[in-house]
Parts: sequence; C-alpha cells; structure tokens
Amino acid sequence: MSMRKPLLAFAVALALLTGASFAQSPGSQSPNLGKPVSEADIKAWDISVLPDGTNLPPGSGTPAQGARIYAEKCVACHAEGGKGGGAPGAGPLVGGAPLTNGIETAKTIANYYAYATTVFDYIRRAMPYNAPRSLSDNEVYALTAYILALNKLIGENDVMDAKTLPQVKMPNRDNFILPYPDRI
Amino acid sequence: MSTTYRRGRTPSLDLVAGNGLIDRRALLGKGIAVAGAMGAAGTVTGAAAEPLKDEQWSLEFGSIMPPVQTASKYEKDVVRSLSNPQGEFRNSHARTPHHLLNGTVTPNGLHFSINHCGVPDIDPAKHKLVIHGMVRQPLEFTLEQLSRYPLVTRMAFVECAGNSAPMFSNQPLQVTAQALHGLVSNAEWTGVRLSTLLDEAGIDPRAKWLIAEGADAQFLDRSIPVKKAYDDALVAIYQNGEHLMPGNGYPMRLLVPGYQGNMNVKFLRRLKAIDQPAYTYFETKNYSQILPGGKTWRFHFLMEVKSFITHPSFGHHLKEPGYYTISGVAYSGAGRIAKVLVSADGGKSWGEAALQAPVLDKAFTRFQMPWRWDGQPAILQSRAWDEAGNVQPLRAEFVAARGETKQPLASPLLFPNQHYNSITSWAVDSKGEIKHVYA
Repeated sequence: MSMRKPLLAFAVALALLTGASFAQSPGSQSPNLGKPVSEADIKAWDISVLPDGTNLPPGSGTPAQGARIYAEKCVACHAEGGKGGGAPGAGPLVGGAPLTNGIETAKTIANYYAYATTVFDYIRRAMPYNAPRSLSDNEVYALTAYILALNKLIGENDVMDAKTLPQVKMPNRDNFILPYPDRI
Repeated sequence: MSTTYRRGRTPSLDLVAGNGLIDRRALLGKGIAVAGAMGAAGTVTGAAAEPLKDEQWSLEFGSIMPPVQTASKYEKDVVRSLSNPQGEFRNSHARTPHHLLNGTVTPNGLHFSINHCGVPDIDPAKHKLVIHGMVRQPLEFTLEQLSRYPLVTRMAFVECAGNSAPMFSNQPLQVTAQALHGLVSNAEWTGVRLSTLLDEAGIDPRAKWLIAEGADAQFLDRSIPVKKAYDDALVAIYQNGEHLMPGNGYPMRLLVPGYQGNMNVKFLRRLKAIDQPAYTYFETKNYSQILPGGKTWRFHFLMEVKSFITHPSFGHHLKEPGYYTISGVAYSGAGRIAKVLVSADGGKSWGEAALQAPVLDKAFTRFQMPWRWDGQPAILQSRAWDEAGNVQPLRAEFVAARGETKQPLASPLLFPNQHYNSITSWAVDSKGEIKHVYA
C-alpha cells in the first residue's frame, strides 16, 4: 500500500503538467507537438519579399555595380547583355515581344512581370543556378538594378534599395485578370 | 432486387452510339461473354489450338525474392519518359506512361515529377518545417513530430499546369498519351491536415495567404490562399503507403488537391502567413497564362475537368476487328466526376461510359466503354463532366477561348501555354493503327 502513494502523486503531477501545457494552446485536443520558436530563429530562412517591399533587406546597388557582378557570375548562362541562350533554360533577361503576338509569346521581365520585387526575390533565392544563396544582398540589389536598367525600366544611375525597388513601375502590371476570384 | 432482375434478363448488347459503341451495361455481367451476339468479328472459334504443355518456369524452383520488388522484366518498357535523360544542368521532367497503365493509382516509381534544379538529398532527421509570419506563435516541426499527429489518407491527382500543353499546337503531334498527358498522376496521400497546424500556430484572421517554400536549390515558393489551406490541404508524408518518393517531395510536401501541381510545394520547409500574395517567380511567370488578345490570367490555381482515353491510344495497334474496351481516366480539381461520354465517330454521337467506383473527390476515375470495332476508320474521344457542372470543352470551344500556336509545336517537351483541358481524339485507321488528330 505504501508503494502506491508516490505513484499516485506522480500521476497527479503528470496530469497537472499535461493539463497546463494544453491550456496554453487553442485546441486542447490538438497534439501541439511543434516547438515554439521566435521570428529571430527563422531570420536566415525568411527571404520572402512582398510586392510592397515588405521584408526587403538593408543594402543597395546600382546598374554599374550589377554589370560587374553579372560579367563574373551570370554571363556564362544568360549571355552578354542578358540576351539569354548561353545555357539551356537560361532565357533572355532583356526585351520581350508584345503579348498580343500570341498565346505562346515568351514571358519576360519587361513584357510580363507585375512587380520588380519578383526579380530581386528570385535572384536572391535561386541564383546563380550553381550556387544559390551565395550573393550578398548588395549584390542582389545591384544585379536587379542592372537587369531593370537593361530593360529601360529604371535609369542608368538609379539606385535600387528597399525604398526604390517597390516603386518601379512594371509595364504589364495592370494587364492581369483573376479567373477564379472566389478562390482567394 | 435489381441484381435478381438482371440475372433473369437476356443480356443487352444494344449499340448506344455510332461506330460500334455498346451500352455500358454490357460491362456489368454476362453481356460480353455472348460472343455470338457480337457478330462475325467475334474471336471465339473452333480452330485447332496447340495442345497445352507445362512451360519450363513451372518445372523449376523460382528466383529469390528481393527486399523491394520491381516490375517483371517483361515490363521493362513501362517507364517514365525523361526530358533531360543525361542530367544536364537544367530542369527535368519525368512523365507517367498512361498508355501502359490501368486502374487509377499511379505506382510510386512512375509518378510524374518535375524538378527545376535537381532532386535534393534531404536527411529526414534534419529536415524542419516552420510556420510563422502572421501567427500567434511560430512553430517548428520535425518529421517525427508530424508522424505522431492523426493522419488523413485520401486519393488525389496532382497535375502540372503545363500538362497536355503540346495540344496547344495548331497541328496535332504524333505522340503517346504519356507525351501529351504524362504530367498528371494519381496517388493515395497520407499526411497532417494543414488546418490543424495553422490552428496550433494561431493564424491571424487577417492573413489571407501562405507562402509555401521548399528546401530545394531555388527554395521554390508559391502563394497559397489560406482558404484552400483550411479546405482540404495536407502536409503529406506518405504516398501510396510508403514515404514520399524523392522526386515527389521527400520527406514532406504540401498537398492542395485539385490545384496546379507546382503549388503542391515539395520538400516543404516553410509556411509564412501573410496578408498579400508574394508574386513569386513561378506564379508571376510560368503558371500565369497569356490569353488570345494579350490579356493575362494570374492565380488560376484550379485544374479544370479533363479526361483522356488511354486504351486504345497512340502507340497501340488493334490486331483485328472485334471487341475492345475503350478505357481512360477522368478527373477534376472542382470535385468528383459526374459523367463521361465516349464517341467512336469523332463526336457525331456519344454514349455514356461506365465509371469505376469509388468515384472520389479530385482524384482519377477510370471509365470504360464496350466497343465493337468493325475494321473501318473510327475516331475515339472522351468528354467529362464534374459534379459542379463543369464540362470538358470541345476543341473548337477551347481554342476560341484560349488560343493555339501559330506554328506547329517543334517538340512535345515545350510549354506554349498552360491549363489545356479539351478533349483528346485518337483516329483508328482500317489497319488498326492509331493517330492523334483534332476532331
């Protein structure tokens, strides 16, 4: 009989502890197995940039700076002046036919993209193709500036940073339709 | 009651549409066995057969069973077709051989796969999934933790938005159903309801989108409506009973049934709740469509109702006139398949196909149609309806709304546009050869 008391006490303590941890979460029936973390813990992964500039990092770059980086790290695939064709799959970064040319018109930054932030975001997460995440934020700003200037979407001397990049007006921005607005 | 009644009836082999389509009820029971009723083309004859003998494989001890079995050596041609077989430094597509499969479940080794920068080599013990952004408490999950949750199992097709893209060509390409439609597959997926995890993190009601991001070498990401996340999305960890295939997202992927394949983000490592879509690279460019006249669609998401005949189809050969079963798959991102019609005369007349039960939400349904081929030219087509009332468009309707290329497509590996869901037509000539046609 005396053996039972500590066991009982342990069981009560366990029940209290369990109850306490469940009480912190909304669904008491939910497993709640995730480890609580802070946004600071996730910072290195949180590279998503939104069209309004949310989460763009500090730093800046110019077309001239970008041209130098491009010559070193991008030209092998994307070719001189962003014309593309240096490697399979590396399409042109400059130019683009009018979309009225047909449904198979190649989509480019100049004729298609709605937001310049997409260019920054994709370079930062995926380029160079053989070494993703190897560019500094300043280098990504500079390459973005270089490509936007090649397309005459910004001036030769414009500085791209967290303030200026979201303000770049992309030509095709207002040409989109939602086929299923009720699904959003 | 009805069963008893049927047994008492003379089997009906009524023709229901032109060029030899037989009432689907013939598939239910005795009908097919009555060869005499099918005319001179029946193959049951009294011709002398070779006397039966035991083959060598019956007379010796068989081979050792391997720990993981693979298909018979006689099935060596049943493989995915690869867009990048030499592993060049670019994207890769592997297409499902629909014309060589049957039923509704795509075997794991043959499930289609697209990888834009190779298949990452992920250690499941180190892989993590984080949920953060507009949530009360950011959370981090391991595979082991997710495996302890109540798991949901469901069938679902996954289809690349670029599946069937060769049919945007203004001339039909002479290629198999695999080459045309190989970027859709159907599997049983098992995983954790995404809504459970979002509730645990305490998502802010103002968050309308999730950025879903993978752990591949471009951190592929898509904006997913929170509405869909709470409807039927899963964090899938099993595929047809075993852990996900590496090319299908091992060790975990997002499953958003019925939505563009690319949105079912593989190697899922991060979900960030936000109040606006991110306009990621893939939703900005590849998976947004140019319409005739130059307007563009974005956030299309839904893979619309579609069907195609797999048997017989391009690459098959009808050996002789007589009985064949026309068979194919139908599916819709908007729900269950309600009806499939089949034509053998290029759409002049249609008969209703039999649907194999169970007919499941946003999953393949196999349809069958009994057919007596008289040896004359025929054009086989299928057309599907879903439970929401959507119908697979005829080609003329589809091209009027969505367009076609100005020049014939140079290769079936190209993607002139996305979301093609019109009907597929297979023309059988008098020799039993099959061509892809527009009819």
